Amino acid sequence: MDNLSIEPKNKTPKISFDAANGLMEIMGISCAENSVEFYKPIIEWIDGYKNEIQPITIVDINYKYFNTSSAKCILDMLERFVNLKNHGTNISINWYYEEDDEEMFDAGTNFSEILEMQFNLIKVE
Amino acid sequence: MKSNTIALTFKGNVTFELVDSIIIIIADKLDSLETDLNVRKKMYGILTECLQNLCNHTDETNSDDSVDFDIKSVAISVTSTENGYLIETGNFIGSSKVEKLKARIDEVNSKDKEGLKLLYNRILTNKVFSEKGGGGLGFIDIARKSGEKLNYLFQEVSSSYSFFSFKIIINKNK
Repeated sequence: MDNLSIEPKNKTPKISFDAANGLMEIMGISCAENSVEFYKPIIEWIDGYKNEIQPITIVDINYKYFNTSSAKCILDMLERFVNLKNHGTNISINWYYEEDDEEMFDAGTNFSEILEMQFNLIKVE
Repeated sequence: MKSNTIALTFKGNVTFELVDSIIIIIADKLDSLETDLNVRKKMYGILTECLQNLCNHTDETNSDDSVDFDIKSVAISVTSTENGYLIETGNFIGSSKVEKLKARIDEVNSKDKEGLKLLYNRILTNKVFSEKGGGGLGFIDIARKSGEKLNYLFQEVSSSYSFFSFKIIINKNK
């Protein structure tokens, strides 16, 4: 399958999904006023990845900030990543947050609790 | 005006492009004068929610011939205070929507920190999106970031419209 690559913009993050190596990266800001449209192809891609799944999948997430319009989309995306474990991959989710950024630390913890999966919370200095 | 303060006021019609510019101007200013990362992020987040809300809702407003002012016009004010910052917005809304909006803000104001987290998670996980991409989390998020009660006032301006004033206090010491 094709890799998914979206360049970062003012209000949307960088997306870099590499199917052959099972490496997914999301990085930056997510604060579009209507995020559903932005996340739709991402969610579709994850669903497609099930058919060509790698034994190991690593997801690196590094949000600087996301708005409430993005929050539900991010949860939807994370839920699909977490569910990949039922399709034959060993998945790890790394949630990066800037040192002292309580909000992004709390957000990662909260998503992890909701989805009942341990995320690796990694401080970036 | 002192150089270590923020003062911005705007009156007129808003678009998402204009809102983006306002947020960039304030964020730049905050980067240079606010040393606390969490306060900077809170301000950025609250401003984004408030102003995107404003755009989404003025969009629904139809013109009203019975009044001599522009019903799509909004007011935005961001100022520094002794203990932090103050964000105030004002916009017209259909009077029929006042009760529902009041009830939503009152519900948010009735919760303590833990109650706000539960309410946030209940709505976060409900998988419901509005047509405009809003998730119904805006007021809860603003209240959680601000740590203060949300202040509001509705004033009837015509038979069918009311003016909604909204005030958010950001206390740096909280």
